Amino acid sequence: MHLIVRLLVQRVALGLLLLLAVSAVIFLGVEALPGDTAQAILGQSATPQALANLREKLGLNEPPLTRYFAWLGGILTGDLGKALTNGADIAQSIGQRLGNTLFLAGCAAAIAVPLAIILGLIAARYAGRWPDKVISGITLSTVSLPEFVAAYFVIYLLTQLIPVFQPVAMVFPGMGFWAKLHAVALPVIVLVLVVLAHMMRMTRAAILNVMQSAYIETAELKGLSPMAVVWRHAFPNAIAPVVSVVMLNLAYLVVGVVVVEVVFGYNALGQYLVDHVTKRDLPVVQAVGLIFAAVYIFLNMAADIIGILANPRLRHPK
Amino acid sequence: MADDLLLDIKGLVIEATAYPPGEPPKEVTLVHGVDLQLQRGRVLGLIGESGAGKSTIGLSAMSYGRGGVRLTGGTIRLNGRDIRTAPPAALRALRGREVTYVSQSAAASFNPAKRLMEQVIETSLSHGLMGRAEAEARAVALFRKLGLPSPETIGRRYPHQVSGGQLQRVMTAMALCPKPDLVIFDEPTTALDVTTQIDVLAAIKEAIRDTQVAALYITHDLAVVAQVADDIMVLRHGRMVELGTTDQVINAPREDYTRALVSVRSLEHAEKPPAPPVLSIQNVTARYRGTNFDVLKNVSLDLPAGQTLAVVGESGSGKSTLARAITGLLPPRSGRITFAGRTLSNDMAGRSRDDLREIQMIYQMADTAMNPRQTVGTIIGRPLELYFGLKGAERDRRVQELLDQIEMGKGFAARYPAELSGGQKQRVCIARALAAKPKLIICDEVTSALDPLVADGILKLLLNLQAESQVAYLFITHDLATVRAISDKIAVMFKGAVVRYGQKSDVLAPPFDDYTDLLLSSVPEMELGWLERVIAHRRMVGAGN
Repeated sequence: MHLIVRLLVQRVALGLLLLLAVSAVIFLGVEALPGDTAQAILGQSATPQALANLREKLGLNEPPLTRYFAWLGGILTGDLGKALTNGADIAQSIGQRLGNTLFLAGCAAAIAVPLAIILGLIAARYAGRWPDKVISGITLSTVSLPEFVAAYFVIYLLTQLIPVFQPVAMVFPGMGFWAKLHAVALPVIVLVLVVLAHMMRMTRAAILNVMQSAYIETAELKGLSPMAVVWRHAFPNAIAPVVSVVMLNLAYLVVGVVVVEVVFGYNALGQYLVDHVTKRDLPVVQAVGLIFAAVYIFLNMAADIIGILANPRLRHPK
Repeated sequence: MADDLLLDIKGLVIEATAYPPGEPPKEVTLVHGVDLQLQRGRVLGLIGESGAGKSTIGLSAMSYGRGGVRLTGGTIRLNGRDIRTAPPAALRALRGREVTYVSQSAAASFNPAKRLMEQVIETSLSHGLMGRAEAEARAVALFRKLGLPSPETIGRRYPHQVSGGQLQRVMTAMALCPKPDLVIFDEPTTALDVTTQIDVLAAIKEAIRDTQVAALYITHDLAVVAQVADDIMVLRHGRMVELGTTDQVINAPREDYTRALVSVRSLEHAEKPPAPPVLSIQNVTARYRGTNFDVLKNVSLDLPAGQTLAVVGESGSGKSTLARAITGLLPPRSGRITFAGRTLSNDMAGRSRDDLREIQMIYQMADTAMNPRQTVGTIIGRPLELYFGLKGAERDRRVQELLDQIEMGKGFAARYPAELSGGQKQRVCIARALAAKPKLIICDEVTSALDPLVADGILKLLLNLQAESQVAYLFITHDLATVRAISDKIAVMFKGAVVRYGQKSDVLAPPFDDYTDLLLSSVPEMELGWLERVIAHRRMVGAGN
């Protein structure tokens, strides 16, 4: 087991290192912008004296390296600083919105991932025949539709034609789980439609690739049913490529859904970020940027780790 | 005794769609009306060269067409009913239950993600033949019968955790586990080393005898099939050539083609006397990067100009690594290689253009050694341009000369590799090597992927070319018949070291060291009862120790 432990430790260490590098890049990027936080707060018309006072107060006269480590140390202790625009504690503001983001992404993933894999398996089983064509056709058309068009279409269908949901996805603290679920139903449907095709097609392609192997012929010559061949013999060997695409889509569900949030008025991280970008609220942009990067790095690391664990040659060395 | 008839194939016609390069797809007939009967408990050997249709006919006993092959005519009666036109559900019910299959490459035929036991008992469970406990007990009993180490626990392993020979036995156990009426063995020992083959062959034969199962045994090696089959059917181009008892086919073949197959290994070559070496390898030791053991251990060999040194050994013995060390692809850690009177730089990067030109290589897989998008003329012309700066008409003339030398005549220069047969491809590779006017050609298993008759032609060609151009061959092979046919000197390698080395007549004459004895006595001979005799002899020697 030494080999696999070493590989896993390596992956985790690499992930953390990458995260550190990304934090530096984010910090440097913001640093490189013209003007600084003091300028951003006081505006273009501020007097030099007022700027100097504020810089002193915010510690902006310290060398960048000191400020970077102060920022990093703050993050590690859960202190993300205060927003410039309203002075609110960033960690607190993000906390609740991050919860909303993860809830929406989690609901969408819980439906989309199993559905995509099942559809992919069916499409591979009937490759080139009508079930494959129907599945490919439908998922391709949903992925080609821009999210906001899909969103309005779903809103029209499920609030006007068949009025079962409300068009605005309002959630607030203290809401029950089922009520929350009911509230996010529409954005979840839209997100599922958006991410389904990519995962489905990767599953199908990975399975079809494995279906060329000699051991698939062995399984067929055992008289197994075609679905048993796909599920029991092909799928276990197609896990690694499928997982890596699944993880990319999960990352998208967390960081890339701002349009859907806006359409449904859902109060989550994407909207929060866009609001503060337009106001040049740099501490917020830094903090949210780092969270998004962390999500990407963590999910890709998870894909790597699952890929390693799914490989019997690494799990059971000679 | 009509009840004893298990498999009755009449007028079987098998077709497929071929896609020749640059032409529209066309229908080809692979099997032209073959009849075949098999009684319960009998073993029928199907033998022939590649393209004879033996695997295709074998799989038809499960009504299975590999890769778009269609069973289009005739009847295939298994246990009294016609299965050629049976619906998929009926075929699934019989596959893995009445008929099972053992393939050539067990390593590729086992699912790498599942434990061996799961795969061995899968059919018994999915067809509802027995419960899990009973199936596992039967599997363990079969593992034991087939001589697998630790039969109780080997099922818990994954395919990559056992050796190729063991995997082939596990596959045989997998085929026998559901108590089928018929097992199709499709070249089950062809991919194995000769010393492993003999054990697997003996295990398979014993298992067939003890379980009273009927079998179709498919192989291109007549000496192998002579050890296991009751009857032999010789096939060629999808037609039956001859059918008879094993004794009759081996000892009194009726057809010319069968006679050619029986006598194919009779190529002889008179050994040349010792002479000063063109290539001298001195105390070479090498290992691969990132590993901590030597794959070549202190190897010293000499190869005289215009002669052939055969390097024999099992897979993993270091034969191909030796070739890599000589060519500089794997720089040795220590030792010296001198060639044509000069010391070669260990690393290829340090060698001159002439050093590179004078040592050429020919590989086992001619297919992958050529760029499929270049014509034969371009492939052979490339070294002419690179080393001699030949261009245009002059180059084309030289290409044609080389094609004549490899007995391939006009019109081939414009063809693509995909339009050539296996033997022709290997000839083109030989011509490409000759184009550089080398002093040494390293031949790495160049005949292993070819049918015996075709391989014979290649060996004859190589000998003729040697007589004409005085080129030396370093001939890497695991096939001892080839060694006898072509070599002047022989080096036997085992685990990276040379265990026996000298003139052919000395190396092949007793007294032998243990390993050479094992190697030589493992080569199947075309003789009934050879297998039993060797096994009995080894048991006796083993008991004596």
